Amino acid sequence: MADVVVQQGRVARTSGTRKRGSLRNALGHKSTVAFFLTLPLILLIVLLVLYPAFYSVYLATLNKAMTKFVGLGNFTFLFKRETFWMVVKQSCIFAITAVVFKALIGFIVAHFVHNIPGKKQRKWRGMLLVPWVIPPAMSTLAWLWLFDPSYSAFNYTLSFFGVGPIPWLGDTFWARFAVILVNVWYGAPFFLIMYLAALKSVPDQLYEAAAIDGANWWQRIWYVTLPMMRNIIAITTLFSLIVTFANFDIVRILTSGGPLDTTHLFATWAFQVGIQSSDIPLGACVSLFMVPILAVAAIFILRDVTKRGNEA
Amino acid sequence: MSRKTLTRRQFVAATAMSSAALITAPYVRGAYAAGKLSIGFWDHWVPGANSASTELVNQWAAKEKVEVSIDYITSNNKKIELTAAAEAQAKSGHDILQMPSWWPHAYSENLEPLNDVMEPLIKQNGEVNGTVKYLGQSGGKWLAVPATPGSQIKGPCSRIDLMKKYAGIDVQEMYPAGSPPKADNWTMETFLKAAEACQKGGFAFGIGLGETTDSVDTAGAIFQSFGADLVNAKGEVTVKTDAVRQALEYYKKLIAFLPPDAPSWDDASNNKWLISGRGALILNPPSAWAVAKRDAPQVAEQCWTHGFPAGPKGRFAPFLPYFWGVWSFGKNKEAAKSLLLHLSSPSSIEKFVAVSGGYDLPSFANMTKLKTWAEEGPPKGTLFHYPDPYKHQTLSIAASPAPPKIAQQIYSQATLTKLALRYARGETMEQALAWAEGECEGFMRS
Repeated sequence: MADVVVQQGRVARTSGTRKRGSLRNALGHKSTVAFFLTLPLILLIVLLVLYPAFYSVYLATLNKAMTKFVGLGNFTFLFKRETFWMVVKQSCIFAITAVVFKALIGFIVAHFVHNIPGKKQRKWRGMLLVPWVIPPAMSTLAWLWLFDPSYSAFNYTLSFFGVGPIPWLGDTFWARFAVILVNVWYGAPFFLIMYLAALKSVPDQLYEAAAIDGANWWQRIWYVTLPMMRNIIAITTLFSLIVTFANFDIVRILTSGGPLDTTHLFATWAFQVGIQSSDIPLGACVSLFMVPILAVAAIFILRDVTKRGNEA
Repeated sequence: MSRKTLTRRQFVAATAMSSAALITAPYVRGAYAAGKLSIGFWDHWVPGANSASTELVNQWAAKEKVEVSIDYITSNNKKIELTAAAEAQAKSGHDILQMPSWWPHAYSENLEPLNDVMEPLIKQNGEVNGTVKYLGQSGGKWLAVPATPGSQIKGPCSRIDLMKKYAGIDVQEMYPAGSPPKADNWTMETFLKAAEACQKGGFAFGIGLGETTDSVDTAGAIFQSFGADLVNAKGEVTVKTDAVRQALEYYKKLIAFLPPDAPSWDDASNNKWLISGRGALILNPPSAWAVAKRDAPQVAEQCWTHGFPAGPKGRFAPFLPYFWGVWSFGKNKEAAKSLLLHLSSPSSIEKFVAVSGGYDLPSFANMTKLKTWAEEGPPKGTLFHYPDPYKHQTLSIAASPAPPKIAQQIYSQATLTKLALRYARGETMEQALAWAEGECEGFMRS
């Protein structure tokens, strides 16, 4: 309807100057207006995302002294490094384990919160979101004190039960456990809030129909809740996978990649190689390696979402 | 509204008169006639220690008529390294930037040669040690000037009482305040026995095995005392040598007496270990002692800073100098050089040392017997041997003598501690050495 009005206005003013007319003509299109409205954001993305991204691609093609173009030389060099493959493996372990646990905990807790009535639910929602709203660098410092090698509060508590001391950050298994635990603690509320929103949008009639058909709680979840939440689950998982894969602060603060590099992720290793060892091209190369892995995950997940969208 | 037009003749006359006035006018030296200078200094750990830098800079600025601005940049989370990387990349930033040990070489192409500063300073303050030359010089060109603030030796800080009780070692007798050390028996073997005795007594030596600098520096000094280099001065990988094997065997024995959580220690862990009274010795500059003076005075009065034990190939102590570099793209290089001369004058050095409570170390030979180190306490004289006043040990940095750009990789990736830990955790000697060899080969990129 709005289009028609605009069109009419345009026709009525054809006697105006050619220049003004063409501007009005351009602005008359919804897509042009939309473009101008999004222009500030597009400029920000170009400046803060695209430019650094292309610059890092350029850096990744230089030699260590940044004086010579070496093409894909840095990538082929990385492929021969044992530590690089260890970092790939660790990043996958870290991201997949953390996302699975975040999704699982978020799903379960969302159900609990969904079943809490009225005002109380708001309080619980607020409290459960606390880990997500505290800046991770700050909350991770608190975790560092809890895991402190010599003065761990956890070990102190465990000592009353005759357990420990556990080398939380000094042993490969426990160090990986610690960084994943903190990431799950930090990220689960995001899943909780997304799943809670999805749960609220499932029509009650579907549950009523399922109940009439004699479905038990598991069948209700499997045949009603999960299919209705699938797209949200997929998009939340993708989003979280990207953020978790690119995690830096938790590992940097808790272990700095140790012991023996067994908790390094792409971002922390890129920092160590690029900044601490003054090899910026190699650091750029390490961080760029996340792109193809995440792109593959994004294609699969988003393809599935589109397919279901079309089916709907 | 009337508008007055300027004729061509009038314009030429006015321009000529203005130019003549400017040329013939007497030169007036304004408050900031010599321009501006921006400085990035390391933000000192010791409370109030930045005031020495500020005062000295302001004093110089007032005399030289330079407008100065100082940023104190923390070294936490590698903020200085990030600043240096960003400025080198942008070719813009501070005129003078204080940078940690390896950075002059890392940015050698972007630094102004400072031979005209270092030569008079060496004449004035005495020769600099080998590590300063190794880190600050390239092909006869001085890349940066060793800064007194932040430069440190990470030697042993021992508990007098615990070392006497459990290891039977009187550290004060071995390193008496005011006189030369009597430490011929202070060897790696004695050190190992003392580590065992103190660990059995419940006060293990607090030596980290992590990836931060304290752990790496200790490993460096121990490896060097066995003559063990992963890469030699020519840039050849020398991992599979008897010296490296000996150092690893020694480290494995030592690790057995260290706290079990040492692999996850960072640079604060050893300080906490000493201050809490749990350890008989740490390898650190006197910052831990300084904090203990405030938080645990009963511990502080039992602390004694002294020299490193000697190995078969000599007595090496980790020395970490900071440097002041002048960017080649800086806008006021002459003023920067003049300030660096001022900051390294004997009176400035004395001030830095006094204000930092003896923490800061000058790199010049004539500046190691200042009264601050003799007088600081309790106990009085605890820091006397901190600056190595009798040149009793070789001040070195881990991974040297490898070419600095390779050594920096070995250092920052903690290859030495990882190698020692791998062997101690059950890898065979050959497996551990093969891993280190692969790593070092990877560091040869240029």
